[in-house]
Amino acid sequence: MSLDLNETLQAVVDGLSENFSDKLIEVYQSSGDTFIRVEADSILEISKYLKEKQHFVFLCDVFGNDRYTSDERFEVVYNLMNLRTQTRIFVKARVEEENPTIESVSSIWKAAGWNEREVYDMFGVRFENHPDLRRIFMPEDFEYFPMRKEFPLLGIPGSIELPNTTPDTE
Amino acid sequence: MKVTDINSRVNPQFQEKHQRSIYKSLEDKHTTIEDVDIDDPLNAKMILNMGPQHPATHGVLRLVLQLRGETIEKTKLDIGYLHRGVEKIAENKTYQEFMPYTDRMDYLSPYSNNVALCTAVEKIANVEVPDRAHYIRMIGCELARISSHLLWLGTMVMDAGAISFFIWTFREREKIYDIMDQIAGHRFTVSHSRIGGVANDLTSDASAIIKEFITKFPKELKDWHGLLDRNRIFIDRNENVGVLETDKALDIGATGPVLRASGFAVDQRIIAPYAKYDQVEFEVPTRLEGDNLARYFVRMEEMKESIRIIQQCLDKMPKGPIRSNNAKHAYPSKDEVYYSMEGMIHDFMMTDTGICPPEGAECYHAVESPKGELGYYIQSDGTGHPWRIKINTPSFRNLQVLENILDGEMVADTVVVIGGVDPVMGEADK
Repeated sequence: MSLDLNETLQAVVDGLSENFSDKLIEVYQSSGDTFIRVEADSILEISKYLKEKQHFVFLCDVFGNDRYTSDERFEVVYNLMNLRTQTRIFVKARVEEENPTIESVSSIWKAAGWNEREVYDMFGVRFENHPDLRRIFMPEDFEYFPMRKEFPLLGIPGSIELPNTTPDTE
Repeated sequence: MKVTDINSRVNPQFQEKHQRSIYKSLEDKHTTIEDVDIDDPLNAKMILNMGPQHPATHGVLRLVLQLRGETIEKTKLDIGYLHRGVEKIAENKTYQEFMPYTDRMDYLSPYSNNVALCTAVEKIANVEVPDRAHYIRMIGCELARISSHLLWLGTMVMDAGAISFFIWTFREREKIYDIMDQIAGHRFTVSHSRIGGVANDLTSDASAIIKEFITKFPKELKDWHGLLDRNRIFIDRNENVGVLETDKALDIGATGPVLRASGFAVDQRIIAPYAKYDQVEFEVPTRLEGDNLARYFVRMEEMKESIRIIQQCLDKMPKGPIRSNNAKHAYPSKDEVYYSMEGMIHDFMMTDTGICPPEGAECYHAVESPKGELGYYIQSDGTGHPWRIKINTPSFRNLQVLENILDGEMVADTVVVIGGVDPVMGEADK
């Protein structure tokens, strides 16, 4: 598929293929958005490059995606914005199903802190060197990762401790 | 200076692991406040749990504050008390079926949420929307913005001590509910937008009541400016409180009025215009101070700009259809459904299967909701149900800001700062 890139996006793609030629896997567009898939082990360097050299200073979002039944099951997507040219890109990195781990980018964009906690909470992807990797929505006592496809829609009975309806009795 | 070993002093009765981990996290949080008084002879340090049922936390936000006297040394936020897993629910619904859930996310401005979902689905499935529908949506969104800012104004000023204000802003909010009732048939959770357009056209009653509102509302706004702008008590409570410095605002991921009060004119209506926002004139109010007072001015001016936008929409609104005529993209009108066989089949197909974006397509579309950038990422697997919907909610991002700007403030200012950041927990917790 041919790409329809504006100046900023072209600079990003050129810069990445020049400096990280072995780490850049693919660049594709869908519905007008540009997605760049990179190797998971280089996410920290690439993030630093995008922020410092390409001015993607604003991290809008980090989210997970479950590619159930595919290899490299989990995907972490970074939604970045260049405020000078008002361009948005999505950087994707895939991690394995067994012990999914990726480097945290919260040292580059502080905003990633809570978003990465959400990815960990919902998908179980662990972020290395994260300052405070705890669950964010579910309590720590909860043992499952609810956004994984195998987690049932109705939840698992008894998985969350609920308050006693008559609090005065022990 | 740390309050050490909080965990040995507390005795959680409920979800023990969770409670202990949050105290541990508070203990571990880095703080820039230096203190030499290790022994704390006056016993001025304490851990204060605020919420989740505190009236000033606007819902179910829980703050764990470490206090030294009346100063907050550090803060941790605990959210998730309203987590319903709407993203999981979305994976099991058709796109149109999911829309009523978006009403209940940011329940203070349901119309913006509907439009955010519909624009994202329209982008991924290439649905054309008639011009008139765009203008109706813009009117709805701007009314929702005013309604949300009115609630913020009432509660924030109430948090600062003025009770009567709440009643005045709610009187105006009541008028917006009446307008929504006329537009959509519901007062609160409107669900008026549809994929490919809107549910029904503006009636002449609805247009009249909107026109009446936009002529009378600026006068109210002016009165409120007169009451608050130079009010000594209000300024003293808000100036230099909860400051988010300009150089930190982007890094920490603020959005919406919180970001604009710190000096960045980032507004999705300008940087990526959707609907017909490129056809109307409006300003993006910004301030440089980044404190609570700056957020107050930004939101007040936004309400004024919203009135301007509604006025222009009413003037520019063309006549014509309000929903896409393509039966594969949008619901047919009720006339067709009742009087033709094809219409009924199409209606059934839309309800049963819904709109099917191409397989493997992905898209992200953001709108400027009253709280900030509200974005929907959709990944399709070719069926009528999304494979993945990720909702990028502004309140979640602004609450992360709150966790960082509260350090070093006075405990009495906590409620004012929460009011100034204006989180909605239904949206933050998803």
